[in-house]
Amino acid sequence: MKRMINVALPKGRLGEKAYALFARAGYDCPELLEENRKLTFENEAAGVRYFWVKPSDVAIYVERGAADIGVAGKDILLEYAPDVYELLDLGIGKCRMCVAGPRDFSDSHTGILRVATKFPAIARRHYAAQSREIDVIRLNGSIELAPILGLSDVIVDIVETGKTLAENGLCVLEEIEPVSARLIANKANYKFKGEEIEALRLKLEEATRA
Amino acid sequence: MKPETLSTQERIMLELRELYLGYGYRPYKVGKFEEYDLYMRNKKFLASEKVLTFSDTNGKLKALKPDVTLSIVKNAKDDGRTQKLCYTETVYRVPRNAYGFREIMQTGLECIGRVDDYAAGEVLMLAARSLAQISERYVLDVSDVGVLSGVLAEEPIGDADCAKLLSLVGEKNLHGLAATCAELGVSELTAKRLSDLVLACGPLQQTLDRVESLDLPQTSRDSVAGLRRMSDMLDAYKIKNVNLDFSVVNDMDYYNGLVFRGFVEGIPSGILAGGRYDNLLLRMGKHGEAIGFAVYLDQLERFMEQPAFETEALVLYDEETDPLAIVRATETLRARGYNCRVQREDEPCPTCREIVRLTKEANT
Repeated sequence: MKRMINVALPKGRLGEKAYALFARAGYDCPELLEENRKLTFENEAAGVRYFWVKPSDVAIYVERGAADIGVAGKDILLEYAPDVYELLDLGIGKCRMCVAGPRDFSDSHTGILRVATKFPAIARRHYAAQSREIDVIRLNGSIELAPILGLSDVIVDIVETGKTLAENGLCVLEEIEPVSARLIANKANYKFKGEEIEALRLKLEEATRA
Repeated sequence: MKPETLSTQERIMLELRELYLGYGYRPYKVGKFEEYDLYMRNKKFLASEKVLTFSDTNGKLKALKPDVTLSIVKNAKDDGRTQKLCYTETVYRVPRNAYGFREIMQTGLECIGRVDDYAAGEVLMLAARSLAQISERYVLDVSDVGVLSGVLAEEPIGDADCAKLLSLVGEKNLHGLAATCAELGVSELTAKRLSDLVLACGPLQQTLDRVESLDLPQTSRDSVAGLRRMSDMLDAYKIKNVNLDFSVVNDMDYYNGLVFRGFVEGIPSGILAGGRYDNLLLRMGKHGEAIGFAVYLDQLERFMEQPAFETEALVLYDEETDPLAIVRATETLRARGYNCRVQREDEPCPTCREIVRLTKEANT
């Protein structure tokens, strides 16, 4: 018996791009893009049920089994380290997790480095590997402002084109990891819907190559 | 005893205890507290490094147990005899990505001393039957860490890089594996072997056929041969739903050989975990071999259906009701085998199958 796969998609541009890949792979559900108040969208024939969630929540929905699979940015996976399978790099939403700061910045290693970021776990891990003591300043947005106003020495953030950084006199000092959207799966649900999820993964892989 | 008298956790706990006793595992009780030092020295063996600590009256730092196996191994007699022990204990730890400590009920067993093929196969069979006791829709994933460590031993890479590659295998992350192998300068042959092993996932017997045909180093082949012997034993026990899955990876500082993890449909994370941990014994200065597993009973809380009624019979009374009439009514209901709850009529009513009114209104 074919089982429905519950798919958590991230709201916004990345989710729409991801849905386009799913649709190209044969898992379309046109009402998903319509203006309506529905929360879940189903294509019974294709065996998928979609729902939009906040991008940073996708991993939680999948890890806790409310969604069988989902699309999450590698930045979210690195930050929250959910216990999930990472089945495919979808090759969309490409950017870089970077350390950035003023163009003339050079770490003198004389004191604690102040790091502003939305990704405290990634920042801690990155600097712990260098045995560098840091003061993590957790912000929720406008991270670039922190070194400009002297709130921090550097920032750890995702950089797409580097244009915002350049316009504010900042630049990439170090690249931590490339980031893109990944297909993730709940480990337990994969055991019981493995055939359906694998079939979907293979078709998505083809769609990403097309 | 009525089935609803026991919660799902309690019922499964008793059934598993009966199962383990049936194969000669002796009940074992460990204390609620343990010296913190034990966990400090073996942090990586714990599911979470966070431990609830307190100072004892003599000033020593103690912890509420976050794990049972460490305590059992610490107290195991090092006399060359094999001990088969089972336990049901409460542990205190922070579940992955949770925000605070939780009290977690777990049951499990340990076989410490000499672990030959029979002993390992018996533990694996008991793990599968533990899952079957919970639901017929279960899967037991098995692996042998020796297969992957044999492949990685061919490469001149350090422990941290090995751990990185193993973590990617654990995520079934083929794209990450390819990128990291390239980054670390791992040979194409090893990269291919690792991805072949990630893809070799499915029913134990058939998947072993595939793995046996792969080009693997001799040490890995020896571990595969061990898995084949386990597979034959499980067949003899008529155990179903066992998959080979190399993404089951445990810390190699502690685990060696067979590792396994159990899942039940409807429970979003693994409900059983276990493996061979000779390395832990060695680290604790003991001789011999060991294997065991734990079943996380807390996961069952939301698993089973809730009873349709909070009570079978509800006896309602008011200020006019003679207390002796209530006694007669409840004793009659109890004699008929009903669970009954007695309460005043003006209080909120729980759901029930039958209502018995002893109120003034009912008598008029």
